[in-house]
Amino acid sequence: MRGLGRIALAAYASVILLPLMLLVITTMKTTPEFYADPLGLPRRWDFSHYRELFDGQTMWRYFGNSAVVTLSTVALELLLAGMIAYGILRSGRKLGGFMFALFAAGLMVPSQVNMIPIYSLLRKLGWTNSLTGLVLVSAAVLLPLSVFMLSGFMRTLPKEMLEAGAIDGAGEATLLVRIVFPLCAPYLASTAAFLFVIVWNDLLFPILLVGGKDKLTLPLALLQFRGEFVTDYPMLLTGVVVSTVPMIVLFVFLQRYFISGALAGSLKG
Amino acid sequence: MKPGKRLILFYLPGTVLYLALFVYPTLTGLYYSITDWDGLSPSYRYVGADNYARLAEDIVFRKSFANNLKFMLAVVLVQTAVSLALALQLTKKNKRTVALRALFFVPTVLSSVSVGFIWTFIYDPSLGALNGLLEKLGLGALTQNWLGDMDLAIFSVAAVQAWAHIGQMIVLYVAGLQAIPRELLEAARLDGGTRGQVFRKVTWPLLAPAAAIVVSYTTIQSFKAFDLVFTMTGGGPAYSTEILSTFIYGAAFTNGTFGFASAASVVFLALISLITYLQFRLLRADRVSY
Repeated sequence: MRGLGRIALAAYASVILLPLMLLVITTMKTTPEFYADPLGLPRRWDFSHYRELFDGQTMWRYFGNSAVVTLSTVALELLLAGMIAYGILRSGRKLGGFMFALFAAGLMVPSQVNMIPIYSLLRKLGWTNSLTGLVLVSAAVLLPLSVFMLSGFMRTLPKEMLEAGAIDGAGEATLLVRIVFPLCAPYLASTAAFLFVIVWNDLLFPILLVGGKDKLTLPLALLQFRGEFVTDYPMLLTGVVVSTVPMIVLFVFLQRYFISGALAGSLKG
Repeated sequence: MKPGKRLILFYLPGTVLYLALFVYPTLTGLYYSITDWDGLSPSYRYVGADNYARLAEDIVFRKSFANNLKFMLAVVLVQTAVSLALALQLTKKNKRTVALRALFFVPTVLSSVSVGFIWTFIYDPSLGALNGLLEKLGLGALTQNWLGDMDLAIFSVAAVQAWAHIGQMIVLYVAGLQAIPRELLEAARLDGGTRGQVFRKVTWPLLAPAAAIVVSYTTIQSFKAFDLVFTMTGGGPAYSTEILSTFIYGAAFTNGTFGFASAASVVFLALISLITYLQFRLLRADRVSY
């Protein structure tokens, strides 16, 4: 029985590793080499596809767009949701309960339901090619999840600390910044990591809200590469590797937060 | 120490954003569903429940619904079973399990577009690794047109969806398994239980809440799987992989029938709300105490 378990783990590990290895290997072959032997190892580790990609595409711009959108959204999210969660924590049962329900109800509304009206609204506002619009929309849409996660975490904080601070004359803002945020730091980090993955990889809202070539985020740019490279797999997969490496690097160093964030985020409800 | 009235200020910015860009659009979406708006013209007419009636008769919508159910069932079965099986092997806290859990989690941090491209490549009938591997193993008879075959495509995509999310479900299961008190398991074993019996009588019942979460999360996630399907097949071939979310997108942005698409979104919303609600109830009812 134990042996079977080990085999299962090894088997699944291959199911994860082999596609990823194939991905990288394919990008290191020259295109003719690839067509000659799709599965074989390259004769030399050829980086020409990477050079071609960076020369032909504004990759740094796409990176920049993704980074700006993701970091802004996550920062804004933690701030807004943190304040709301704190408000819920400190409010009386009626107000707190109402606000919590208001945001929790949003959990039942998937993005595909608001995408059309949000698109129309932004078009009316003239924000159809705006990264700012994207940030605001992404932040709004993630509020139910963030408020849910953060208020759950905040509820686990020892009440006495807040009460002691209040008795000492601290105002609500001070309590939030000096006591709650520091205590919540690991939770904020996990939530940030979870949100980071969601926003960085998002396709739905960028597709709707960003049109200009200079404003594309990575997933969107990648999708457009398909139109350009068609079945030039080595080039296409080079795009995939380049888009993926930052996330993998972050993941390797910050695994703990990504995983605990995913755990907390999946437990919504 | 009554919390000050200043609290309203804390609620304000987030709530304003939420109301403006989330609640208001959702409500206007409900409104659009009873019009025949095409998304562009400044004027449109009320059509009452017309859109809903047309939805019920629309062949593509019905196909999307059926496809979504097929997709969901396939994903839920594979994802929950495989992740449980693997999680059971990964409950100990040592370097190896931590490393494996991290490895298994990697697909979850990849964008669906990346995952879609990787697997479209692997599934390629002539250049792809899957058929290539089958040929090399002498199983050439089993090669398929994984994404081009109308009956197979939806399941090929479902397999990829599972691949991308098993790692996340493993994390949930491991958390659930680690929450089971050791003493109970040891007591059961001391009482003479075989591994199978211990699992059935002790582990499984206490794992029920985690399992419920995994199943419902996977269900909802599979209904929402827009990015992956859009990237891999765009709903084809012949709408065999069209699911509700891609249907809504198509109805709105390809066909320019915003009113009709909004009606579909409302149906979608009702479905997801129902599932989410059932999930809430199921979890409250599953509080096992010991």
